[in-house]
Amino acid sequence: MNLTSCLVLSASLFAIGTYGLLTRRNLIAALMSLELMVNAALINFVAFARFGGPRGALPDPEAGSLFALFAVGVTAAETALALAIVIAVHRQRGHLDIRALDRMHG
Amino acid sequence: MGSADAGMDSLKLAAYGILLLPLLSFLINGLWLGKKSRTASAWLATLAMGATLILAVAVALGYRAEVLGHPEAFAFRSAVVWEHTWMAFPTGSGAFLAAEAGFHLDPISVMMVLVIAFISFLVHVYSMGYLRDAAASGRFFALLSFFSFAMLGLVVSGNLIQTFFFWELVGAASYLLIGFWYAKPAAVAAAKKAFILTRLADAFFLMGLLLVGYQAGGFDFAHLNHPATAAALDRTVGAGFLAFNLLTAGTLLIFMGAWGKSALFPFHVWLPDAMEGPTPVSSLIHSATMVVAGVFLTARLYPLFSAADITLLVVESAGAFTALFAAVIACTQTDLKRILAFSTLSQLGLMMMALGAGAPEGGEGFSSATGAASAAYSGSMFHIFTHAFFKCLLFLSAGAVIHAIHSNDIRKAGGLRKILPFTYAATLVAALALAGFWPLSGFFSKEEILHAALSNGHYGALFAGLATGGLTAFYMSRYFLLVFHGEYRGGEAPGARREGLLMTVPILILALPSAFAGWMGRGFFTEYVLPWPALAGQGAMAAAGDTLAGAGSWLPVAAGLLAVAGAGFGWYRYGLGKKTAGFPGREAPAWYRVIADKFYVDEVWLFLAKRVGGSWIAAPAAWIEVRIVNGAFDLASGFLRRLAFVQSLFHSGQVQWYMAVALLGLLLISGLGGYWIP
Repeated sequence: MNLTSCLVLSASLFAIGTYGLLTRRNLIAALMSLELMVNAALINFVAFARFGGPRGALPDPEAGSLFALFAVGVTAAETALALAIVIAVHRQRGHLDIRALDRMHG
Repeated sequence: MGSADAGMDSLKLAAYGILLLPLLSFLINGLWLGKKSRTASAWLATLAMGATLILAVAVALGYRAEVLGHPEAFAFRSAVVWEHTWMAFPTGSGAFLAAEAGFHLDPISVMMVLVIAFISFLVHVYSMGYLRDAAASGRFFALLSFFSFAMLGLVVSGNLIQTFFFWELVGAASYLLIGFWYAKPAAVAAAKKAFILTRLADAFFLMGLLLVGYQAGGFDFAHLNHPATAAALDRTVGAGFLAFNLLTAGTLLIFMGAWGKSALFPFHVWLPDAMEGPTPVSSLIHSATMVVAGVFLTARLYPLFSAADITLLVVESAGAFTALFAAVIACTQTDLKRILAFSTLSQLGLMMMALGAGAPEGGEGFSSATGAASAAYSGSMFHIFTHAFFKCLLFLSAGAVIHAIHSNDIRKAGGLRKILPFTYAATLVAALALAGFWPLSGFFSKEEILHAALSNGHYGALFAGLATGGLTAFYMSRYFLLVFHGEYRGGEAPGARREGLLMTVPILILALPSAFAGWMGRGFFTEYVLPWPALAGQGAMAAAGDTLAGAGSWLPVAAGLLAVAGAGFGWYRYGLGKKTAGFPGREAPAWYRVIADKFYVDEVWLFLAKRVGGSWIAAPAAWIEVRIVNGAFDLASGFLRRLAFVQSLFHSGQVQWYMAVALLGLLLISGLGGYWIP
């Protein structure tokens, strides 16, 4: 277990999340992909807190885990909001197909 | 001074009323009453004009008591009754170039106010009869009031800006009135012709007044007419072939405005066509408003003009030529009003010629002038005065004739003296006055003009004046004999509509000044209506009357004999019981047809407007506009539109596409950041 393997894990999660976000047609699945990306970032926080940063930055477990927990809280709030929007969309349009939700076009 | 102040206060009140009453009548009739009731709007306009006439008389009396009675208090017999600063332009030196709106009185403006109010009131009364059956007479009366207002504002103006303002209002009002029968294409064409031609001339006037006003440092007539202003302007500016004398150029440009408004050759073409308007309008345009504005402006700036020899020469030549030219054409026309229109042109030419003949031949301009210069000026104003009455009368009688026989054509008239006895008598008076028969009004004013030309040594002008007098007598006798004598040539006898009271009374009232204004007004004009240097006692200037008493006692006799000869020839040609005397048609000699076709000046204008203006200037300009200017804009906007189309492809509305683009952008930025941020 070292910093590099943690970063590889995080990068893989991020890539999978991005792929899902850009390709899934279901709004909830896209939202889940987004969660994956957020969690990739959280893993980075924790990893840097545990192993220290590049160029000699010292590990700081307290600040790092505090930051990670804070981000988890924010993410939870954001997910609640996003799900509320998803429910509203479903009520209004009767479906959750992202491709069909294109009313933003100019 | 207590009573004098009170006098000035009442004068001020009357002066406000003179401008406000016609304006109010215009607004009320134009915005509201005109469409409600024809009768009420006619009465309102006529009563307002009657009140204006009373106020004008009050102003004239007040002027005589307050201004002429206190010559020491009013320089040049000129009084500012009221004045408000209207526009002020800061100039570089911190001073202001201000334009005032005001009410100025001096002998010529008092004379004009009286004449305009009097004529306009009678024309209003006459119109009540003439247009009784016209559907849109509410609009007519509104415009008639507006026309009077504009002309009154013009003559009492104390500076060039106000003059220009009202000058344009007069032009707009005449446009609207000439085109009053707007369903008639000829009327619309005549209105446009009048407006466009005078506007063309006014463009030069505007240039001239800006040039002169800016260079002289003010627009006030008092300032512009000062000898020091003329001296300061008399300098050459520019260089090479663009060098010009500021005074000459400025006064010539201003005179161009008068040239167009007073319809001197070659701008005269609009005036004969302007008779497409209702006859009362023609009588107003030809007598007291519109056309005399040009002569009035020239007289207003006379001291400035007379400092520029070339300008005076142009004024004189244009006037003399127009006087003769129009008189010759008038001898051949067959339309009642057209004959009168050409006689107006001819008389306007005389007035202008008189002004131009003010400076003595070979003299050092106006400053060295003698009383003859005053005589020229006062003669010109005198002729405006007398001409207004008899020309208005002639048009009103022509209207009565047209009203009776429903035709403008003298070939279809004849023998009307039995049907229209009052009109017959009044026309006789007016025709004799116009022809210059003693002791009617036209004789005196013409004599003063001829005297001035003779004393100043302007023999060309003298000849033009005398010849015009003879021709005038001829064509007026032709007109008179063909319309009122002989037998009726128009088919079935007229008589359904005899002379109505509302039309006859103004005609008869006008016959009085047409007959007597000459020897009644003479003293006033020779003594009071003088150019300013004469009033200032500059040089050897004397009152005009002193000159007239002197040389050339043969002149009135010669002028009178010429008039008799002209009228006699007319009698020989068209009287003597000849029933259908002389209407040459196709078989007429070529020279006669050239004259009858008005020397083809209209065709020259048409050629200029259509070929030169249209094909050579407007069409290439339109090509440049459409192809090059618009083309450049089309190219630029087309490019932008294609760019925008490419951009709009990104705005598909697909959230995932947006996110992909954002991600791509992020990658690009972070990639570039890797290079540029170490």
